[in-house]
Amino acid sequence: MTAALALGDDALVLSHRLGEWAGHAPVLEEEVALANIALDLLGQARMLLSFVGDEDQLAYLREERAFRNVQLVEQPNGDFAHTIARQLYFSVYQHLLYEKLAAGQGEFADLAAKAVKEVAYHRDHAEQWVLRLGDGTAESHERMQRALDALWRFTGELFEPVEGVDVDRHALRDGWLAAVTSVVERATLTLPSGPQSGAWAAGAGRQGLHTESFGRMLAEMQHLHRSHPGASW
Amino acid sequence: MVTTETPLEAELHRLAGSVPDPELPVLTLDELGVLRGVRVDGADKVTVQLTPTYTGCPAIEAMSADIERVLRDHGVAEVSVVTVLAPAWSTDDISDEGRRKLAEFGIAPPRPGSGPGGPVPLTLAVRCPHCGSTDTELLSRFSSTACKALRRCVACREPFDHFKEL
Repeated sequence: MTAALALGDDALVLSHRLGEWAGHAPVLEEEVALANIALDLLGQARMLLSFVGDEDQLAYLREERAFRNVQLVEQPNGDFAHTIARQLYFSVYQHLLYEKLAAGQGEFADLAAKAVKEVAYHRDHAEQWVLRLGDGTAESHERMQRALDALWRFTGELFEPVEGVDVDRHALRDGWLAAVTSVVERATLTLPSGPQSGAWAAGAGRQGLHTESFGRMLAEMQHLHRSHPGASW
Repeated sequence: MVTTETPLEAELHRLAGSVPDPELPVLTLDELGVLRGVRVDGADKVTVQLTPTYTGCPAIEAMSADIERVLRDHGVAEVSVVTVLAPAWSTDDISDEGRRKLAEFGIAPPRPGSGPGGPVPLTLAVRCPHCGSTDTELLSRFSSTACKALRRCVACREPFDHFKEL
């Protein structure tokens, strides 16, 4: 169940990160938008993790090394531009991937066919914000560029092979690069030119190796469940 | 459902379908198009197939509980509500009557033709449910629930929810 765990953890972890914006988003509409996107991702995560086992057990009682999400989705929210850059990189990838999965015969085809329609809205949201920030003020342009640059090195991992995900990852990467390049250029920004992964980091998240901030995120996400086993409301 | 329902199943379908949506109580589950089928599995045992609007929609748990209650009140001892994903729900599954009720309730109904399909935003006009003007603007793609967008009417200046296409 490597594939369900990888895709489920991507959705779960990004959902939690987006949920951290609740009460902090720059405007009310964004508060609501980010929470809605988080909710879509949480729904996808619940279904994917249920392919593997008990969703609560998997979400709340696994150790950091047992999570199989890409490192991109665990990166801290940073400023709003960082969150939007993370959304752009991930939602374009997820949209293209789920389109492929939906067209296939695999066990995720039904879920992907449903989720791809939700993700299309996430992608549109991210793209519209990149255009607005990139082609906005000098300050928003600079921050958007800085965010794209900072997260670029986590994008290579999106195209590492995952057992059970039967898609042409080279074609996926080409499609992703073309789509991201198009948005970035329309936003008067520059596509980052550095490597898409650290020399030591290729596929790391998928192997259970995570970045420093992930442990703190998990502590917050899991502490209630671990402190009060079996609690409900 | 591909199989034909028996008269009893049709009756139970009608009962389950008449349950109001927990978040949009002007609509019934039948009008929302989320009820996929009702099957009598044996004496006093009924399985209901329900499909979620959005994968993460929390209303589906309330829907399941409401359906169970209604069918139990009707004398069915054992009710099992199962979630089905395929074919994926689309706003085209909302009935004409459902659309009319949404507009009457102040929510612009979804336009025909399902979903964004791609990242290109739809450009057809959305009519203001208050004054009927087609001169409306998007404020946010996401509103009070995942299934709605927030818009404003340029003519009467009222903000309103739009049940966005999926």
